[in-house]
Amino acid sequence: MTEAPRRLPPPRRLAVAALLVLLLAITAALALRPWAGPGAPQAAAPAAFHSRDVSPENWKGAFTLTDMDGRTRTLEEFRGKVVLLSFGYTHCPDVCPTTLARFAQVRRLLGKDADHVQGLFITIDPERDTAALLRSYVPAFDPSFIGLRGSEAQTDAVTSAYHANYQIVDTKTERLVDHTASTYVIDPASRVRLVSAYDQTAEDLAQDVRALLAGS
Amino acid sequence: MLRRLPVLAFLLLPALGPAPARAAAGAAAPIVAASDAWARATVEGQSGSGVYLRLSSREDAVLVGASSPATDKVEIHEMRQVQDMMHMRRIERLALPAGKTVSLEHDFHIMLIGLRHQLKPGQTLALTLQLLDAHGGHQTFALEVPVRPIDTPVPVRHD
Repeated sequence: MTEAPRRLPPPRRLAVAALLVLLLAITAALALRPWAGPGAPQAAAPAAFHSRDVSPENWKGAFTLTDMDGRTRTLEEFRGKVVLLSFGYTHCPDVCPTTLARFAQVRRLLGKDADHVQGLFITIDPERDTAALLRSYVPAFDPSFIGLRGSEAQTDAVTSAYHANYQIVDTKTERLVDHTASTYVIDPASRVRLVSAYDQTAEDLAQDVRALLAGS
Repeated sequence: MLRRLPVLAFLLLPALGPAPARAAAGAAAPIVAASDAWARATVEGQSGSGVYLRLSSREDAVLVGASSPATDKVEIHEMRQVQDMMHMRRIERLALPAGKTVSLEHDFHIMLIGLRHQLKPGQTLALTLQLLDAHGGHQTFALEVPVRPIDTPVPVRHD
């Protein structure tokens, strides 16, 4: 603490003190105001996620699928990591690459913590998305990412476990697949915790991942 | 005489159109201009990809199709998000109102179907757009579209 300047007469000292108190009050009010927008300093509160918190719904996210090297994989294997999971297909021109590019950006934003994040891409078009195609496509975004596929029954089971939808639409000229564009975030205890919207920024998603890694 | 050449070159430059998507020289001044055009690179075996660009037309025009020697088919696609489902559909026409910039980066894109070869970053893709001008006349607009890495994010929305 610095002392108030000695030469000031008592009334001015009082005025300075009052001014300081006022400034402190304003600062506190600004920091604590409930209407503070994103990026504004927030009061310490229970972790609020940018993504939609689905923890209370207790989704059963367990799955058994085959990876791009032909090995059987389950969600349980990724215990200890935060899993970023999305559904898509390799012929998808912008939603899927944008989502996978965001996963890669989240990993870059997390620095050393990136080792505790696993990106998974589950194809909803296993007929066209062969293991070989997934092997060249998925790691193109980040070498650590894993592409997964299953039978039609397995694909239906995993999408319904995540309350996701997909619909294959055969037009005259091509096959399109409408699908849920969200990202599912699974915590290190293998519980489905968050659903991140397609247009969420990598920064917001990284913040949510960091909160889950910290035990939120 | 020779000293004037650089000046001439400078005067001719604007006629080449905005970089990097450059209109093919030769034809009369095109009614549309393209900017920020790029195609997403593909991996081996991938048959589809997207082209993103912004188009502005001097007069009311309609984009009615596209073609490329690199693919079997090129379509104009519309993306619609209903709740968290993303729907992608081919559209027949996309209006390009006079003087307005229309983005084919989010709600619309050009879809490449049946690629004959892998698109690698650094390459360019030849693309021809088919347009109807304000008088219903057919016009074509040729572009050389740079191929960017597969993980290039679509640009932030301006609208």
